[in-house]
Amino acid sequence: MSASSPLPSEAQRLKIVFVGHVDHGKSTLIGRILHDTGSLPEGKVAAIQQACAAEGMEFEYAFLLDALLEEQAQNITIDTTQIPFRTARRQYVIIDAPGHKEFLKNMITGAASANAAVLVVAANEGVREQSRRHAYLLGLLGIRQVIVVVNKMDLVGYAEATFREIESEYGDFLATLGIEPRLFIPASARAGENVARRGQAAMDWYAKWTLLEALDELEAVTSPLDQPLRFCVQDVYRFDERRIIAGRVESGSLRVGDELVFSPTNKTAIVATIESWGETTRAAGVAGDSIGFTLREQIFVERGYVASHQTETPILANRFHAEVFWLAEAPLRKEAPYVIRLATQEIKGQVVAIEQVMDSSTLAISSGEITEVARNEVGRVTFQTRAPLVFDNHDRVPSLGRLVVMDGGTIAGGGIIFGGAYTTRAEVKSKNIVWSDSKITAQRRALQNGHRGAVVWLTGLSGAGKSTLAQALEAELFARGMHTYVLDGDNIRHGLNTNLGFSPEDRVENIRRVSEVAKLLADSGAVAITAFISPYRIDRGRAREIALEAQADFIEVFVDAPLAVCEERDPKNLYKKARAGEIRDFTGIDAPYEAPEDPEIVVPTAEQSVDESVAAILEQLLPRLRAAE
Amino acid sequence: MNERQLTHLDHLENQSIYIFREAFRSFRNIAMPWSMGKDSNVLIWLSLKSFFGKIPFPVLHVDTTYEFAEMLDFRAWATEHYKLNLIVKINEEARGRGIGYETHDPVTVTHELKTVALQQALTEYGWDALITGIRRDEDATRAKERYFSPRNAQFEWSYKDQPPEFWGQFATSASAGEHVRVQPLLDWMEGDIWRYIQREKIPVPQMYFARNGQRFRSLGCEPITKPVESNAATIAEIIAELDATRTSERAGRAQDHHERNAMQKLRAKGFM
Repeated sequence: MSASSPLPSEAQRLKIVFVGHVDHGKSTLIGRILHDTGSLPEGKVAAIQQACAAEGMEFEYAFLLDALLEEQAQNITIDTTQIPFRTARRQYVIIDAPGHKEFLKNMITGAASANAAVLVVAANEGVREQSRRHAYLLGLLGIRQVIVVVNKMDLVGYAEATFREIESEYGDFLATLGIEPRLFIPASARAGENVARRGQAAMDWYAKWTLLEALDELEAVTSPLDQPLRFCVQDVYRFDERRIIAGRVESGSLRVGDELVFSPTNKTAIVATIESWGETTRAAGVAGDSIGFTLREQIFVERGYVASHQTETPILANRFHAEVFWLAEAPLRKEAPYVIRLATQEIKGQVVAIEQVMDSSTLAISSGEITEVARNEVGRVTFQTRAPLVFDNHDRVPSLGRLVVMDGGTIAGGGIIFGGAYTTRAEVKSKNIVWSDSKITAQRRALQNGHRGAVVWLTGLSGAGKSTLAQALEAELFARGMHTYVLDGDNIRHGLNTNLGFSPEDRVENIRRVSEVAKLLADSGAVAITAFISPYRIDRGRAREIALEAQADFIEVFVDAPLAVCEERDPKNLYKKARAGEIRDFTGIDAPYEAPEDPEIVVPTAEQSVDESVAAILEQLLPRLRAAE
Repeated sequence: MNERQLTHLDHLENQSIYIFREAFRSFRNIAMPWSMGKDSNVLIWLSLKSFFGKIPFPVLHVDTTYEFAEMLDFRAWATEHYKLNLIVKINEEARGRGIGYETHDPVTVTHELKTVALQQALTEYGWDALITGIRRDEDATRAKERYFSPRNAQFEWSYKDQPPEFWGQFATSASAGEHVRVQPLLDWMEGDIWRYIQREKIPVPQMYFARNGQRFRSLGCEPITKPVESNAATIAEIIAELDATRTSERAGRAQDHHERNAMQKLRAKGFM
C-alpha cells in the first residue's frame, strides 16, 4: 500500500452487524446513520416522507430500510440486509440482523461474516432475552469487537443512573461470554444524539465517542497471515497441459519451492508454479488469496485435501468435539446420519454423544441423557465421521475449525471445533450405523458407504505391474475409508478355481468366475479390483456385461508395459521358462495378448512410478465412485 | 516474512473467484448470462481468472431486440476476443405477439423479453445454475440476496425463506426443474466495479463515457434507458463522479420506476 492515506473506498471495508431485541430501535439507529452520513440516494427521504403522509403515517427513520412491502406493513425486518455507508475514515457495510427469534438463520447468515457488532439495548426496557441471545451467538461466531448502544435515552430523561445500570448488568453478562465491549454509548437514534453528533446538554455526563467515532476506531480486518498455512483444495483443473490445483489460502502463506504436505493422505510435493491469467506471475499466495498452483511431483490430489507445511500440520481425526448451533426445524438427532462440510471437505458422519444443551435465549443448560439438539439450541457434542476429517481447533485456525451440518442438501446447523489434540493422529474406526428399513438397494449401500461399488479391471502382460498396482490402489482406497478387495491369481486360483488349469476353456472359465465374483463384491458396495492378464477382448467384454447386470460401474485399466520390459522384469521367472519351452501358451510369447481398444484408463508403467500410476487411476476412478445423493 | 497486503479489491476478487469455482464444481450444467454491461464484463474477467484463461461454460445473451447498436458491436468484438461460447436467446414468441415498447409498458416488456426469454433458454438447455452479475448496492431487494440463491421451477425467489449461508458454505444443489442463481459480485459496489475495471484494464462499451455532456451509467434496452448528465469521459472521472453523487445507479432504467415496488415484483417473478 502507498504511504499516503488511501481514499475511503480503497481502505478496508468493515462489516458491522447490528443486533438487538425487537423494538429496541435497531432499524431507527441504522436509518439515522444512513441519513446523517448522507448515504441515502437523493430524494429517498423526501419520497418516504411523502409516502408516509399519503398513508397517514408518521415518518420514522426505520422506514428508510424497509424497502420491501411487507416490512412496511409489519414494521419488522424480515431478512438480513446489507447496507453501505461511509465516514471520512472508511466504508462500512451494515448487516441488519432481524430481531425476531424465528429468523435465527438469517442472523447467523449475516453475522458470520461481520468484523464487528453493535448491540442495541433500549434504555427504557433494559437487557432482554434477545440482547442476551444475540450476544451469545456473536461470542460463538468469534466476533470480539463489540460496541453497545443504549438507545432511547430520551425516553428515560437522559438519566445517567439508568445507563450505568444497563452498562453494569450487560457488561457482566458479556464478560461471561468472553466479550469485552469497546464502549457503551448512551444515545437517542430518533433524535440523532451520540450517533453522528454529540448529545444534548442533558447527556453532558457522557464525554466519550459518538457511535461513528467509535466505529472509526475499530480495527480493520487482518488476514490471518501469522497462522500456519492451510490451503483448501477446491478443484483440480486440466483445461490444458497444466494440472492446476485450485483453492484458497485460508491462513498463512505459501510460495514457489515450498514443500507441501497434503492431508489426509500425508503425501508431499513441492510447489512448481503459481498459475494466473492476465497478470504478472506471482511467487506467493497469502491468506485470503484464491489461487492455483502446479506441483513438481504428480501426486494424487483432489477437492477437500488440505495443504500445509510439514512443521505445522492440521489435526486428522474421525472423532472430535464441537459446539453446535442448530437452525433447522427438525432437531439434530444423536446417531442420525448427516453430511458434514468443513472448508471444501464433505464427509458423512453422526453425533455420537451430546454432553449438554443450552437454550440460546435463556442460556439455561441441561445435561444428562440428551438425544437431540433442537432448533435455536446450542449443543456440546462429539462427532464421529466415516473417514478422517482434516481440521484445526477453532481457537487456533478459525477457518479450519468451523463446520456446517447438512441435512437433506441444506445447511441445518453450524459448529466450532474445540479440544482436538495436535500430537496424536487418531486411528480410523468406523462405527456401523444401524438402519431399520428393510430392502437394501445398491443406492442405499452407496449412501451408507459414502461411495458406490465398482469393478476395477486391470489387464496387461505378466510382469506389467497389475498385482503391485492392485495392492497399492487397494491401500489408497482403504485409507479413504472405502470398502475394497483385490481379486488376483493368489486368492482365486488357490480356492475357488483350484479345479481349473491353463487350457483355453479353463482360462475362459477362470475369467468368467472372476467376473461373477467381482460383480457380487461390487453389488455388495465394495470396489473390487481384479488383477489378471485377461488377454482376450471377448472375455473382458463379458466381464463388463456381467458387472453392468448388477448396475456396477466397470472400469477397465490397461496396465501397459512393452513385452521387452515385462520380460526384463520377469518377477516369477515365467518368461524364462516360456522361452525355454517349459511353459506353453504363455501370453506374449506363444499366446496372443489383445490390447484393449478403448479402456477407461491407461497406465504406462514403464514410464512412471507406481505412485504416479496409482494417482492417475485415482484421478479417474474417485469421481465415478461418488455416491449420488 | 514480508508478505503482500491484500487490498479491498483483492478481497472482492478473491471472494468472487472462490464462488465461481464452487459453482463450477457443484453444478453439472452452468451458463452465465451476459449483458455486455460493465458488471457483466467484470464477470467475464473474473471467470477467466478463476479458470486460468478458460470460460468452461456457455455465455448467454438474452437479446430483447431493443439493444443499442453499439452494444451489439461490442458483443461481436468480445465474443471473438474472449473466444466465448455465446448463446443468443430471443423470445420470438412474444415478439410474434407484438410485445414491444411501442405498445406495452416497460414492466411487461422487460418481463416478456428478458425474464420469459431466460426461462425459455433454461428449459431448452436444462441449466441447473446461472451465474449472474447482480450487486447488493443496486437495489434494496438485491441487498437481501445470497451468493447461491435457489429459484423454484416456477422461477420464483422465496426471499422470505432463504437458506442459511455462512462460512463459505452454500446451497449447492438444485432439484429437478430448479436452478440456483450464483452471484459472485454480490458484495461489490458500483465504485468497486469501476476501480476494478481501471486496475485490470477491462474493456467496456464506450457508452459509459461522456459524450456531449451525457453518459450512460447503467445500460439496458434502448427505448427505456436514459443517459445521465455527466462530463466523466474517463474511468478516473467516473470514479470521482460516483464518489460525489447521491443519485441511484438505476435511476435511468425506466422499468424500475414504472410503479411502486416494480423492482420487487419483477424480481419475485424471476428478473435478475
